[in-house]
Amino acid sequence: MTAPPLETSNPSPERAAAPRPRRRFAGLGLPIYVTLALVFLLIPIAYTFVFSFNDSAKSNIAWRGFTFDKWLTVCNEPGLCEAFGNSILVGVVATALATALGTAIAIALVRYRFRFRSSISLLLFLPMATPEVVLGAGLAAQFLALGTQKGIVTVILAHTMFCISFVVVTVKARVASLDPALEEAGRDLYGSPAQVFWRITFPLLLPGILAAALLSFALSFDDFIITNFNSGAVDTFPKFIYIAAARGIPAEANVVASAVFIIAILIVVVSQVSRSARQKRLAKLG
Amino acid sequence: MKTTGTFAEAGADLEFVDISKRFPGFTAIESLNLTIPAGSFFALLGPSGCGKTTTLRLVAGLEEPSAGRILIGGKDVTNTKSFQRPVNTVFQSYALFPHMTILENVAFGLRRRKIDDPLGKAHEALRLVELDHLAARRPAQLSGGQQQRVALARAIVNRPALLLLDEPLGALDLKLRRQMQLELKSIQTEIGLTFLHVTHDQEEAMTMADIVAVMNKGEIEQMGAPEQLYELPRTAFVANFLGQSNLFTGQVTDSTADFITVDIAGRGIVVPRTRAQRHAGEVTIGVRPEKLMLHTDAPAAGAGINILGPGRVTDVSFSGVSTSYIVHIPGLGAVTVFAQNMVFGPVVNEGAEVWVSWTVDHGFGLEDEPTPGSRFPADASTNAIAIQRRAALETELEGA
Repeated sequence: MTAPPLETSNPSPERAAAPRPRRRFAGLGLPIYVTLALVFLLIPIAYTFVFSFNDSAKSNIAWRGFTFDKWLTVCNEPGLCEAFGNSILVGVVATALATALGTAIAIALVRYRFRFRSSISLLLFLPMATPEVVLGAGLAAQFLALGTQKGIVTVILAHTMFCISFVVVTVKARVASLDPALEEAGRDLYGSPAQVFWRITFPLLLPGILAAALLSFALSFDDFIITNFNSGAVDTFPKFIYIAAARGIPAEANVVASAVFIIAILIVVVSQVSRSARQKRLAKLG
Repeated sequence: MKTTGTFAEAGADLEFVDISKRFPGFTAIESLNLTIPAGSFFALLGPSGCGKTTTLRLVAGLEEPSAGRILIGGKDVTNTKSFQRPVNTVFQSYALFPHMTILENVAFGLRRRKIDDPLGKAHEALRLVELDHLAARRPAQLSGGQQQRVALARAIVNRPALLLLDEPLGALDLKLRRQMQLELKSIQTEIGLTFLHVTHDQEEAMTMADIVAVMNKGEIEQMGAPEQLYELPRTAFVANFLGQSNLFTGQVTDSTADFITVDIAGRGIVVPRTRAQRHAGEVTIGVRPEKLMLHTDAPAAGAGINILGPGRVTDVSFSGVSTSYIVHIPGLGAVTVFAQNMVFGPVVNEGAEVWVSWTVDHGFGLEDEPTPGSRFPADASTNAIAIQRRAALETELEGA
C-alpha cells in the first residue's frame, strides 16, 4: 500500500478524546440516562406482571409466593370478567361507530367545499381540548335532562363522541395525501361512485382507518373519567380497578392488565414482522 | 348491469357546442365550438392556464360545463356521469392504483363493465406496450416510462370511442419522450381510435397530431394541420407559440389583386394577398427566422424578394445544426435569423453590417389588431372578489 492510511478511519484514543471531551461524557451519560428512563417507565408494568403471579390472599401488596392460579381462575373474582367484557363491548361498538362516522367526516372535510366547513373542522378539536371531567359532567347533565337511563348505551355514546375527533384527525391526514386523480381515474374507468369508494378510496385509506380504529379502541378501553360520569351501575374494567383499589386490587386484575399488555405487544410485533417480510419480498421482485 | 359490456366499434366524433366553463372569479372557457372528427389524432396546444386541461376534463366528465353541450358520436353526454361515458383518460400523473398489480390496474375498467375474460385482454394490452412481463408488479416498482405505458394500456384496453391524453409525456426525459411519441402514434394508427391530446409542447403536438388547435385564454386561436399552422399562422400568438417569428407592423401602401405592400421602416415589403388576413390599414406581417437570408453586401432588389437593412449583428449563437443571429435594424428592432451551418462556423461575426432578405411567398399577414387588448377583462365585480377572498382565506386557514 503506497497511499497513506486515512487518519480518521482509525484514530488513536488520545486524538479522539482531546478535541471532543463533551462527546465522551455524552457517550457515557446518554446510555445511563436512557436506561434509567426506561426502567422508570417499565417498573409499573413489570410490577403488575410479576404480581399477577402472586399467591395473594386479601390484598396484593406483599409477595406471598409464585402461582399460576390467578391466571387459571381469573373469572372467579366477582365482577372482574363482567367489567372486562363490558369494556371490550363498549370499545368495539364505540370504535366501529366512531371510525365509520369519523372517516366519512374526514373525507367530506378534505374533498368537498361546503358551508360551515371550517367551523366544523374547529369544533371537532373541542372534545380533544376539553378536560375530560367537564366533558363527562356535561354529558351526564344532558342524559339527565333527557331522562335517559344511564348504562352501557350511554357509555357507548359518550365514547363514540370523543373518539370521533381522533378518528377525523388521523384519517384526514391520510385523505389529504391521497391523489384525487386516483379516484378520478376510477370514475373514468367505469367505476360507479360505490365501486370507486370500495375499490380505490377505501383500500388506500385503510392504513389510516386502522390506525384510527386502534387509537379509538385504546382510548375507549382505558377511559375512566367520562365513563364514571355516564355509566350508572354498569362497570367497565377501569372502573372496576378504581373501585377495587379502595379495598385492595385483586391479583386477577393484574392478570387481565398483563394479558392486555401482552396482546398489544404481540399485535405490534406481528404487524412489524409481516411488514418487513412484505418489504423484503417486494425488494426481491424489484 | 347484467349484460356483458361491449367495446366501441370505432372512434367517435367529439363535438363541443357553445361550451363555457366559469370558475368562481375567472372564466376558463368561453363559448367554445369545436368538432373533432372520428379517427383523428387531435392535439390541443396552449400555454398553461389556457383552458386546455379544463376542456379535457369536461370531455371526461370530471367537470361540468357552465353552459353548452358536449356530443360524442352524435349523442349528447353533457348530463351523463364520468363512468357512463365511452371515454378514457391517460392522466398527467398516470394515476395508477398503487394497491393493485399492473395486471389488475389494466383489468380495472374491463371488470367494471363486466367484459368477458378481463385478464386475457389485459395481458393483450400489456403486450401491446411491451410490458406483459411486469404484469405481477406494483406501479411503484416501475420506472416513469413504464408507468406511462401502463397508464396507456389501462386506457386503450377498454377500446374507448375517444381517448384523452393529458400531457402524458410531460414527466419523461427527451429520449423516452421521442420513443413514446412514436409508439402512441403507431398505436393510434393501429387501433383507429379518436385521440384528443392536450399538451403545451409544440413539437410534440406537431409530430404526433393530424390536426392541431392552438388555444389561448379559453378560445381556439387557430386550428389546422401542423404544416399549415406553422407556415401560415393567423395570429401573433400562434406565430410565436408555434416556433418563432419576426413580426413587423406598418401601413398598407399598395394593394393589388395578388399582393399587398406594407411600409416597414421606409421599405415596401410585399406579402401575397392570399397569405394576408387583413388587406388595408395598419397590419402586422411576419416571416419565420429560417426563411431569412443574411447578406454582407446590399442584395440587388428584384421582384419576388423583400429586403430589410442594413443592420448590425448583435448576437451569434451556435446550436449545432444551425446558427441563430440577432440583427438589430434601426427603426425596426431585433430580427432573428436561423442559418443552416453549411460551412464551418458562423458566416458573420458580431458587429458586422448585414442585410436580410426573404422570398415574398414566405411572408404572412396576421389578423390581430396591431395593439391587441386582453381578451377577458379582469372580473372586478364585488361578488367575484368576495368569492376569491373567501377561497384564499380558507386555504390559509387550512394551512394554519
